[in-house]
Amino acid sequence: MTETPTPVQKPRLRLPVPSRLVAPDRDVPVTVIEPARSWPRLDYRELWRYRELLGVFIWRDLKVRYKQTVIGVGWAIFQPLFTAVVYSLIFGRFAKFPSGALPYPIFAFAGILAMQYFSGALNISSGSLSANIPLLTKVYFPRLLLPLAGVSVPLVDFVLSSWVLIGMMFWFHTYPSVHVVLAPLFILLALVAALGAGLILAALTARFRDVPYAIPAFMQVLPFLSGVPFALNGAPAKWQWLLSINPITTVVAGWRWCLLDGPPPVLGQALLGTCVAVLTLVAGLAYFRRSEPRVADTI
Amino acid sequence: MATAIRTEGLSKQYQIGQLRPAYGTLRDTIVHGVHRLRTGHVHEPREKIWALHDVSFEAEEGQVLGVIGANGAGKSTLLKILSRITAPTTGRAEIRGRVGSLLEVGTGFHPELTGRENIYLNGSILGMRRTEINRAFDEIVEFSGVEKFIDTPVKRYSSGMYVRLAFSVAAHFEPEVMIVDEVLAVGDAEFQRRSLGRMERFGESGRTVVFVSHNLRGILQLCDQVILLEDGKVTANGPAADVVSQYEQKTLGMGSEIVWNDLATAPANAFVRLQSIRVVDEDGAPVSVADVRRPVGIEVSFAVLLPGRAVVPKIKLHDQHGVLCFNAMDVSPRWHDPTPPGEYVATAWIPGNFLNEGRHAAGVEIVKLDIPKPDPQASAYEAVAFHVYDPAEGDSARGLFSGQWKGAVRPLLEWTTEER
Repeated sequence: MTETPTPVQKPRLRLPVPSRLVAPDRDVPVTVIEPARSWPRLDYRELWRYRELLGVFIWRDLKVRYKQTVIGVGWAIFQPLFTAVVYSLIFGRFAKFPSGALPYPIFAFAGILAMQYFSGALNISSGSLSANIPLLTKVYFPRLLLPLAGVSVPLVDFVLSSWVLIGMMFWFHTYPSVHVVLAPLFILLALVAALGAGLILAALTARFRDVPYAIPAFMQVLPFLSGVPFALNGAPAKWQWLLSINPITTVVAGWRWCLLDGPPPVLGQALLGTCVAVLTLVAGLAYFRRSEPRVADTI
Repeated sequence: MATAIRTEGLSKQYQIGQLRPAYGTLRDTIVHGVHRLRTGHVHEPREKIWALHDVSFEAEEGQVLGVIGANGAGKSTLLKILSRITAPTTGRAEIRGRVGSLLEVGTGFHPELTGRENIYLNGSILGMRRTEINRAFDEIVEFSGVEKFIDTPVKRYSSGMYVRLAFSVAAHFEPEVMIVDEVLAVGDAEFQRRSLGRMERFGESGRTVVFVSHNLRGILQLCDQVILLEDGKVTANGPAADVVSQYEQKTLGMGSEIVWNDLATAPANAFVRLQSIRVVDEDGAPVSVADVRRPVGIEVSFAVLLPGRAVVPKIKLHDQHGVLCFNAMDVSPRWHDPTPPGEYVATAWIPGNFLNEGRHAAGVEIVKLDIPKPDPQASAYEAVAFHVYDPAEGDSARGLFSGQWKGAVRPLLEWTTEER
C-alpha cells in the first residue's frame, strides 16, 4: 500500500507490437478525412458497400408508407384510376383528344401510370434530404442512398397499379406486342430522369426551402408536356420535337408502344429525350456530390 | 501499438451568416446575386469563426480517448468531423479500422415501426450488417427489457422504454473505432449503471473509443487519455487525471495547491498567517487526483507570528454537491499550550477507502479554541480541490459494482456475518 495515489495509467509505449486489429491477414480499412473537393468523384465502391442500407431505407419507406390508412396500398391503385376516369371523361369524351387507334381510357391509364411513377420518384427523391435531417446530422452514410431509395420506393406502387392495366387489357381487348420486353427500358428511362432531377432538387432543397413549393406546380403541367392525355403523333411535328426534349414524353410514348401496341416512338425524338435524361443524371450526380459535404451544415 | 486515429491540423470554419439563416430562400440568394453583379462586390464581408482550429492528436488502438471542454469549445464539431458528418475546412484525419459513431441514441428510429423493426433500422443506420443484428438481436431485446412490446410500434412506448431500446441497439454495436457523444446521460440510474459497465467492457476489449462527455467521473473511469478543447484548440492532451484536474482548476479557479507568497494577501491576523495549502499523497508529493483506496493528505503550512495564543489547525471538506463531509482538527496535546512563534507544517491524513468519488474542496482554518465556538484566526474557505476516483478494480468499497454510489463518504466497513 505504498504506491502513489495517482491513478496508474496504462502504459503508452510506442513500440511496434503487432496488434490484434492490424493482423496482416486482415485488411483494415483506413478512413481518410479531408476537406471536401470542389467536385468530388462518385465512389462506386462505397455505394456498393452500403447496398444493404439502401435496401433498409427502401424497406422503411415502404413499411411506413400506408401505415394507419384504411385502404392501405389500395391508394396506389386508386390514385391513377381516379385520374384516368377524369381524363377519360374530360379529354376523351368531351374534348375528343386523339388517342390513336386505342380506346381512350386504357390509353390514358397507361400514360398516367408512367407519369405517376415519375412524379412519385421525383417527389420523394427531391425531398429525401430534408425528410431525413436527423439522420444527416447524426450519422454518416453516402447521402446518395436517400434519393436512390426515393426513386425505388414508387416502383412498388407502379408494379401494383400495373395489375389494373393488365385487367384493362382484357376488358378492352388490347394486348401488347413482342415489344413488351422493352417496357422496363422505358421505366429505367423514367428512373434516370427522376433521379437526375431529384438529385439536383434534393441538394437545392437542403439550402432553399422554395423547392417543395415549386414541384407541385411543375407536376400539374407536366402531363400535358409529356403527351399523357393525347397521342404525341397527333401533334404537329414541330411540337413533337419540342415535347421530346422532355424525357417523360418518350417514356409515355414508349410505354404505350410496348404494352398497348401503340405507334412506336420516333427514334430521333426518343434519342433526344434519352440524352436529356442521361445529361440530367450526370449533372445531378455532380451537383449532389458537390453539395454532399456541406449538407449537414446548411440543411 | 498501432495508431488508430491520427489528426493533423483539423480546422473547421463557419460563416456566422451560414449558421444563422439556414432557411435561406432562393429569392434571398437571387437578390444577393443581382446585388453583387450590379455593385461588383464579389465577396460580402461575413464574419467567420473557427469552430475548430488546428487540432492534432493521436489515439492508439485500444485506447479510450476522452474529449472535454466547455460548451462551444468545439467538441461536437470534432465529433462531427471524425464521424464524417461534416468535412473539415483544412487538415486531415486518418482512422484505421471500421468506424462507428454514436452521436445520439435511436438515430433514425421511426415511431410507426415496431421495436423489432426499429432494431433492424437503427442497427443498419449505425453500420451493423444484417447478420450482425440477427446475432445480437436476442441480447439487444433482453438488455432493453422491452420483450413484451417488441412488436408494438415504438410511438406507443413510454419515453423510458424508447430510450432503453435505442441504447440497447447502440450498446451492441461494436465497430473497431467508436466515436461516442455523451449518450450515457440517458435512462434511469439502473440503466446508466449497466450502460457504463458496457462501455467499460468495450474499452477493455481492445477497441478504440473517442468519448465526449461532461461527466468527469465517467471520463476518469473510462479514459486513458484526455484532450481538453478550449475555443476550438487543444490546450491539454495527456493522462486523464492530469487533464481533468487542469480543466477543473481552470473552470473552478481552484487547484490542488495554493501558496501565499505575498504576506499582504495571505489569510492572517496578528498572531497567525497561512503560507500554503497542498493536497499530497503518502509520499508528500502534490496530487490533484487521488485513488479512493489511498490516503490523501491536506498539508497546511502556517506561521505563528506572536506568542501567547493556543491555535489549532483545522480542515473542512466539501464534496462536489456542496455537502460538508466533515470538520477535523488536530487533537494532539501539543496545541493545548500557547503556540510558540515559528513556522509549522501540519498534514491532515484522510484515510483511503473513506471519501466518496468526485471532486472535493478542502478549506483550512487556524483556530483558537473558544467555548462555544472555535475562533478562526486565519482561514481559507474551499482553498484547494482534488478529485477522488475509483479505478473499480474490486478492492474498494464499491466492490464490483460499477454504478452510481451515493453518500457523503464511502467507507470500506468491516462486516461480520454469522450463519444461524
